Amino acid sequence: MTNFLDFESQIADLRGRVAELKALAKEDEAMSIDDEVEKLEARADKHLVDLYKQLDPWQKTQVARHPERPHCKDYVAGLITEFTPMAGDRKFSEDQAIISGLGRFRGEPVMVLGQEKGHDTDSRLKRNFGMARPEGYRKAVRLMEMAEKFDIPVISFVDTSGAYPGIGAEERGQAEAIARSTDCCLGLGVPIISIVIGEGGSGGAIAIATANTVLMLEHAIYSVISPEGAASILWKDSSKAQDAAKSMKITATDLKEFGVIDDIIAEPVGGAHRDREKTLNDVSDAIANALLAFKKLSPDELRKQRRDKFLAIGRDL
Amino acid sequence: MNWIKNFVRPKIRGILGTKKDTPDNMWIKCPLSGEMVFYRDLEANQFVVPSSGYHMNWKPKLRLAAMFDDGAYENIEFPEVAVDPLKFKDQKKYTDRLKAAKANTDQADVIVTGYGKLHDLPIVMTVQDFKFMGGSLGMAAGEALIVSMQLAVEKKCPFVLFVASGGARMQEGILSLMQMPRTTVAVQQLREAKLPYIVVLTDPTTGGVTASYAMLGDIHLAEPNARIGFAGARVIEQTIREKLPAGFQRSEYLLDHGMVDLIVHRHEMRNTVAQIARMLMKAPAIEMIKKAVHEEEPVAETNDQPLEVSDSSDDKESVQD
Repeated sequence: MTNFLDFESQIADLRGRVAELKALAKEDEAMSIDDEVEKLEARADKHLVDLYKQLDPWQKTQVARHPERPHCKDYVAGLITEFTPMAGDRKFSEDQAIISGLGRFRGEPVMVLGQEKGHDTDSRLKRNFGMARPEGYRKAVRLMEMAEKFDIPVISFVDTSGAYPGIGAEERGQAEAIARSTDCCLGLGVPIISIVIGEGGSGGAIAIATANTVLMLEHAIYSVISPEGAASILWKDSSKAQDAAKSMKITATDLKEFGVIDDIIAEPVGGAHRDREKTLNDVSDAIANALLAFKKLSPDELRKQRRDKFLAIGRDL
Repeated sequence: MNWIKNFVRPKIRGILGTKKDTPDNMWIKCPLSGEMVFYRDLEANQFVVPSSGYHMNWKPKLRLAAMFDDGAYENIEFPEVAVDPLKFKDQKKYTDRLKAAKANTDQADVIVTGYGKLHDLPIVMTVQDFKFMGGSLGMAAGEALIVSMQLAVEKKCPFVLFVASGGARMQEGILSLMQMPRTTVAVQQLREAKLPYIVVLTDPTTGGVTASYAMLGDIHLAEPNARIGFAGARVIEQTIREKLPAGFQRSEYLLDHGMVDLIVHRHEMRNTVAQIARMLMKAPAIEMIKKAVHEEEPVAETNDQPLEVSDSSDDKESVQD
């Protein structure tokens, strides 16, 4: 693990010392380092467990945005077979901020949607950092309608800081595109399962996350505006992002309490990026369970379940 | 003894009902032309600056009174919602901001809804008021919108929304975001009942409000020069580091880009909305009802549940414009 977050400095330090010892031992074969390495690693492991037990909302924000965190692309590669990308809104263009296509989940056909942030400069530019333009949402609508036509469930992976704020996006009706996509989710006669895997950023997220079951990874965040955005608007000071993150209640635990999400998927110790395989397996199981629950529902029952669920949010607080 | 003056006087004023309706500043500056306009002239002109045509903020109750027949409508009460579920505090406490907004507007929150008649057609009309915390969409507004739209479904009549909002109410966090899908459910209920949903976009309408129910109307009307968009201008400028084109995100720009059906001057709004609503409800033209009333012939029934609105009844709100 090379990429440590700020608040992980102690662990980084311990791991660094282990690496140093190992390097020294290579030069001097007589040196016995096993005991020391074991001790240091045990300390680092314990630190990690303790630290991740009580991450604060701002720390979670950093974990949710960790560059090595599994992205939509990774879930598609790991969980979906025969993935066949489908591009374009048939109106204006393709938007690669949203990965979309048909595939099989545990053998059954599904329609997959999800924001992809990219993992290096090239892919980030290609994906526009996971910030979709109107075409992305219109493509989502087209494919959700297709899924409904062929009675195929929809799985959406949510990971965006928000819909793209740009002149072109406004010109082509970003707001309308988001509104229609949410509208489409709510009207679907097939199950839609959403998983907030990283950042659930505002309207750009809800547009594909108005689902029968909304799942959220333990260290993901989901909010009406980014902590930085809230800080600059409400505190008039963008350095207050930490305060904003705490005040806004953006963690999976908070959202579960509010009834906004249905379930939390636990992450491996130290976050999803520290054990991708386990994360993917657990997400896979959670999706399978969620889909199973809706298998026998009719289209009208699915719509009703979804509507009732959203109408009920906040009524018992 | 100054504190007595400060604390008691406004209360007595309230009890006596002599609270001033006009601001202390009797002259208002037109944001477009910069000229000074006499408040009374604005009031008499539906808060449109006479010379420049600038459409200013118009109080919900005045707007509803101007829209409904004879200024008469039933003011709709909304269910109470959880207040400040996040216990939110930024520079100020959210509850203090709410209190101040309530005191400044005499409203419970951003939504004011009336049920009455528009050119004889029963109709539900709602105003979302920018003066109350930027018209922000929180739990109270979400619930009020759902109730208002469902009332139209129950009464089998059109629903008209005059919207102005800066977007989601950040102080309610994720629960404000959830109002986007929640209100969309109510829009779908209107749609399934095949009832007209007419959105009138007023200055300004942005953020999560535009990105949900405000862009899902059957008909989108806009007042001239209203700012309508998704992202705020400042956010866009910071993202792209470019100056925005002139007229960006204004009604006329949205009309050009296909997001709005028609730009309607406030003075024409009542007739335009009535015409559209009556056509979609297959009710006779306005001219026909005028004639019918004139000749004292029975008016064609336009609705399964005819509405009685009288100015005298106690539970009804009557405001003259």
